[in-house]
Amino acid sequence: MLIGIVFVITVGAFYLIHLLPGDPAVVILGTGDSPANKAKLYAQLGLNKPIYQQYFVWINNIIHGRLGNSFISGDSVWNTIKGAIPIDLEMMVISQILAFATAIPLAMRSAKKPDGLLDRILSAGSFTLLSIPSFIAIVLLVLFVAIDLGVPHTGVSSYVSLGTDWIGNLESLSLPSIVLAVGSFVVYYRILRSDLIATLQEEYITMARSKGISQRRIMWRHALRPSSVALLGTAGVNIGGLLAGGFIVQFLLDIPGLGYLLISSIGLSDYLVVQAIVLVVAVGVILINFFFDFLINIVDPRISRE
Amino acid sequence: MFVQETIEEVALADRPERKKKLGVLFWICVVWLAINLIAAIFANFLPVENPLIQNYNAINSSPSWHHLFGTDDLGRDIFARVVYGSRVSIEAGLGAMVIGFGLGAPLGMLAAYRRGKFDSILTMFMYIFLAFPAIIATIAILSFWTPRSLLKIIVVIGVASIPLVYRVIRTATLNVATKDYVIAAKVQGATDRRIMIKELLPNVAPIGVSFLLIGIATVVVLEGSLAFLGLSVNPPTPSWGNMINEARTILQVNPWLAIFPSLAMCLFLLCLNFIGDRLRSHFDVSESKL
Repeated sequence: MLIGIVFVITVGAFYLIHLLPGDPAVVILGTGDSPANKAKLYAQLGLNKPIYQQYFVWINNIIHGRLGNSFISGDSVWNTIKGAIPIDLEMMVISQILAFATAIPLAMRSAKKPDGLLDRILSAGSFTLLSIPSFIAIVLLVLFVAIDLGVPHTGVSSYVSLGTDWIGNLESLSLPSIVLAVGSFVVYYRILRSDLIATLQEEYITMARSKGISQRRIMWRHALRPSSVALLGTAGVNIGGLLAGGFIVQFLLDIPGLGYLLISSIGLSDYLVVQAIVLVVAVGVILINFFFDFLINIVDPRISRE
Repeated sequence: MFVQETIEEVALADRPERKKKLGVLFWICVVWLAINLIAAIFANFLPVENPLIQNYNAINSSPSWHHLFGTDDLGRDIFARVVYGSRVSIEAGLGAMVIGFGLGAPLGMLAAYRRGKFDSILTMFMYIFLAFPAIIATIAILSFWTPRSLLKIIVVIGVASIPLVYRVIRTATLNVATKDYVIAAKVQGATDRRIMIKELLPNVAPIGVSFLLIGIATVVVLEGSLAFLGLSVNPPTPSWGNMINEARTILQVNPWLAIFPSLAMCLFLLCLNFIGDRLRSHFDVSESKL
C-alpha cells in the first residue's frame, strides 16, 4: 500500500514535470543553439527515450541508491538536497514542540470551563490566528518584531547552519518556526478542546471526580489520553502538510530548505532534483503518518484490534 | 430508566450549547462579506480612484483624506487597489469552487448513493489524486503555463480541489444514504433522481456549504501564496497577494502598503471561516449532544 502510494506519486511527478513545456536543454544551452546540439544533449541526458523508460531508469537508480547528477549544475543530487533536509526537520521539530507545548495546556484550561471567559478569549484568539495566512504573518512579524529586535529575517546570508553556530542557527530559524507553530497550534488547540469537552462528560470522569481526584490529575491522567486520538491523527496530516507547504515560509525568508530548493528547481527544469525532492517529501509524509498511526495505537489500543 | 433518560435530555436541552444560535457576529460577518462582494462587483461605479493611475506627486504617502489608505511606491491609491484587488481573490475563490463542487459534489453524491463498482473505482482514483502533493503540482503547472491569467489559476486550483470536495461530499452522503427515511422513500418507489434531490441533497447541503466557505478561504490564501512566487495575476493588476508581495521590499519605507491589503485579506478570511464554522456546528448533530 505504502509502496503503491510512493509509486503513484513518483510516476505522477515524473510525468508532470516532463509534460510541462520547460526544457532543460534551453536552460543549459540557451535558446539559440542548433537542434543538432540539442539532440546530442538529450541523448547524453537520456531524455530522448520515452518517458516510461526514463522512469524505469530513474527508479532503478534510486533502488540502487543513486540519485544521479543534476542536469543543470552537474552536482550530485544527493549533495544538493543533503543540506536542505536537516533544515526542514529542525523547523518541523521546533514548531511542533512549540505547538504542542502551548496547545495542550491551553486546551485543558478552555475545556475546564467551556464558554467561560478564558475559553471565549482563547477561542476567539485561535480563530483570528486561523485567518492569518503564513505569508501575512511573516510580513507583519518582520515589520513589527524582527526589524526592531534585530532577528534575522531576510537574505540567504542570514541563515546559519546548525554545525557552525547553534545559537545563530536557532535565531535564524526562530521566525519561520514560530509562524509554522502558530498555524499548528490553532489546529491542535481547537481539536483537543472539543474532544476534551466531550470526554469530560463521560461517566468515568464524574466517577473520578467523586473519588476526590484532583482536577489536574483528572485532566492529565484520565481525560487527555482518550481525547488525543483525533489530535494525533490531525497532527500526522498537518505535519505532512508542513513539509509540502512550508515552502512559502522558506521562500519568503530565504531559508535553503527543501521547499525553497523545490521552487528554484522547478523554475530551472532541473528534473532530477525536483523528482528527488518529491520522493523525499512523499516518503517523509508517509513515515510521519506511520509514526502517528503507531502513537494512536499506543494511546488507544482498541483501534488496532478492530 | 426511561424517565432518567428523559430528564437527562431535558437537562441537556437547557445547556447553552444545545441552542446553537447563529449570533450577532455571524450576521456581522455575512454583512462584511456582502460589502466586499458588492464593492468588488461595482468597483467601477463607486467613487474609487483608478487603481492603475500613477501619481508621482504622491509617492508612498501615509493615509490622508485624499488617499484613505495612502499610496504605494508608484503613487497609486492603496484604497482603490484593495477594492479592485478583492476581485481577484473573490473570483479565484468562487471560480475554483465552482469547478471543484461542480464535478466533485455530484460525483461524490452519486458514488455514495450507488455504491458498488462505480463507487470503489472512482474513490480509489480520487484517493490516488489526493495522495499527490497538489501544491507542488499547482506551482509546477503555473510556472510553465504562460502567459498567466486568472482563468488558468482558477482552473488549476479548481481541478486540484475536486478530490477533496468529492471526499467530503461522499462521506456526508454516506451518512445520510443509510437513514430510514431514504429507505422509506425507496420503498415507496421514488426514483433515484428524486431521492438524490429531495432526500439526500437537503441533508448534505449544510455540510457542503460550510465546506464551500472554508474552501473559498483556502483558495484565497493559495492565490496569495502564488502571488509571492510571482505566479498570480500579472502586475499591474492589483490583487491582495500581489500588493503584500510588492510591499515586502519597501516595508520600512511604506508599511501601509503591507498593512491594508493584509487587513482586508485577514478580515475576509476571518468572516469566511467564522460563517463556515458556525454553520457546521449549527447543523452538526454530534456536537449538539454536549
